[in-house]
Amino acid sequence: MVSLEEVREMEIPENVKKRLSLPFEENFYAGHTACQGCGAALGLRYVLKAYGRKAIFTIPACCSTIIAGPWPYSAFNAPLFHTAFETTGAVIGGIEAALKAKGYKVKGEDGIMVVGWAGDGGTADIGLQALSGFLERGHDGLYIMYDNEAYMNTGIQRSSSTPYGAWTTNTPGGKKHFLERRHKKKVIDIVIAHKIPYAATASVAFPEDFMRKLKKAQKIPGPSFIQLFAPCPTGWRSPTDKSIELARLAVQTAYFPLFEYENGKYKINMPSTKKEPKPIEDFLKLQGRFKYMTKEDIQVLQQWVLREWEELKKKAEVFG
Amino acid sequence: MPIRKVMKANEAAAWAAKLAKPKVVAAFPITPSTLVPEKISEFVANGEMDAEFIKVESEHSAISACVGASAAGVRVFTATASQGLALMHEILFIAAGMRLPIVVAIGNRSLSAPINIWNDWQDSISERDTGWLQFYAENNQEALDLILAAFKVAEDERVLLPAMVGFDAFILTHTVEPVEIPDQEVVDSFLGEYVPKHAYLDPARPITQGALGFPAHYMEARYTVWEANEAAKKVIDEVFEEFEKTFGRRYHKIEEYKTDDADIVLVTMGSLAGTVKEFVDKKREEGVKIGAAKITVYRPFPVEEIRALAKKTKVLAILEKDISFSIGGAVFADTSRALINEKEKPVVLDFILGLGGRDVTFENLEEIVSIAKKAIDGGVEEEVYWIGLRKEIL
Repeated sequence: MVSLEEVREMEIPENVKKRLSLPFEENFYAGHTACQGCGAALGLRYVLKAYGRKAIFTIPACCSTIIAGPWPYSAFNAPLFHTAFETTGAVIGGIEAALKAKGYKVKGEDGIMVVGWAGDGGTADIGLQALSGFLERGHDGLYIMYDNEAYMNTGIQRSSSTPYGAWTTNTPGGKKHFLERRHKKKVIDIVIAHKIPYAATASVAFPEDFMRKLKKAQKIPGPSFIQLFAPCPTGWRSPTDKSIELARLAVQTAYFPLFEYENGKYKINMPSTKKEPKPIEDFLKLQGRFKYMTKEDIQVLQQWVLREWEELKKKAEVFG
Repeated sequence: MPIRKVMKANEAAAWAAKLAKPKVVAAFPITPSTLVPEKISEFVANGEMDAEFIKVESEHSAISACVGASAAGVRVFTATASQGLALMHEILFIAAGMRLPIVVAIGNRSLSAPINIWNDWQDSISERDTGWLQFYAENNQEALDLILAAFKVAEDERVLLPAMVGFDAFILTHTVEPVEIPDQEVVDSFLGEYVPKHAYLDPARPITQGALGFPAHYMEARYTVWEANEAAKKVIDEVFEEFEKTFGRRYHKIEEYKTDDADIVLVTMGSLAGTVKEFVDKKREEGVKIGAAKITVYRPFPVEEIRALAKKTKVLAILEKDISFSIGGAVFADTSRALINEKEKPVVLDFILGLGGRDVTFENLEEIVSIAKKAIDGGVEEEVYWIGLRKEIL
């Protein structure tokens, strides 16, 4: 068998290189401990491909703490700093300040990327304050929220990023109470309210789009934010081979549209503009977490999705 | 030549930071420590200090940013107090566990409720189990000196632990005293540059810090923090010796005052030590054989020094501005633990006083001495004495 190191050393023929739409280099190694079909693990792989050896990562307590590997193992071929749940934004700032004090170039074409990688709970809930501080102070860093729509590491509890109608272990639904009764928090809107230079949504189903956004985040000085849609078969009660399909359907139904906010301008990205949105049911029916929803419940969610989609289109129209 | 300036302890702490040349300072305002980062901002704004100053949105983020910066391999400083330190609590363990030599100045203040901005030691005492080294200053000069010493101890390869330096809210933080500011070159040669060998975030050398530790490894990681605390005892002695050679001022983990023939020794920390020493002089004039001892280093707890002190006296009266409910004071508990297996030991008495800025008066100290005198003949009436308590309003 060919070892990973040998693969890394391999000469890639130029004609092959030309056909690759993603960097060949792997810096997120096999042997990580993610569940089968994990969207977050895929996302990490792309981020580590994008920045190669020119990035420092910080990860709060979340699934990725486990995925990165227990001591003395690490799936990361990059410096990685594990931190507390709510601190990602602050730690990015601390690392960036230290690097600058040491005379390193941070961000920009050949600069070092300081990347915070946190889940939706660690971003939209407990880490929101530190995120806001990071954005407001204008640190040269990138915050990636991998959004699997619940506290998956602790065993599938709802976060403020959990959608309406979803089953989680603390929105189980019963005789008295419905499932998740609140709509998904629009964290990206809160981020954009900080008027940072660059914010975007991305999906593991569209790696080239994600890669392009990662490269852009590197070039643009100041704080960047990417909300990455990352399916979780364990928490979504979905087949492990359907993660990409689900991530794609989330975009196609306009449940999770792909767009960029760059220096005050909104731009809806190509995968979201191709056709009219598919019905939300297409996205829901592959997942066990939505199986308790009635037709009426689905209608409530459908209306919310379309309303949000209209709002985004309007923004792109007015501030495009 | 060192210069003498009249300043508050908060300013002395800022001067210490300036002299230590941290590369990153991340701080959040809180009474009574606000002036420390304020003064540092001034130094940075005027180009007198070459540091990245991060104006964070909370103490939790202050210490988190410090942890990130320290992990990236630079010297780091911050200041806080009371609720701010309590908010940092979670991250203090991480700083110690990751062996990051951050130094934090603490304007020792009480904790809510009720809300109170004045002095006691409950804030830093409550952090005694985090793995951090703890120093307590008696006056503004000590605040400056101990911060410099704390950096040197914390960054020593045998230690590599974060440290906090406490000085009493308002009594020191807002009170001016003459302070000698050492020469920058002398401080430079004393401290040297911080060059981490053990861990730093550098893309050229990818390492993971703070990874998940399974039960098979966690306990050993904790043990190394224990070992580092033990090692710090010797290192602190060395650093204090070198400090004396360099700056001419001598520090001890426990500073004894007129203890050699003392029947009663009043043991305390911080600015209260000044009051107590003056009181000792007064009582000595009256012919009472009494001494004082000041704990300058509370963590690592100076167990050997406490034992040596205990051999000299009949009563150790612990005077402290903190409380561990149902037990008494933390310093009392620690002192008792140091003596528990000694064959001969003095009576150890626990006096809780001065909480939330309550003045400690000579009358209070007279009461303590009379209780201590009775105790010599076996009369210990209470397990914990609350001194200066206004029973009439209870």
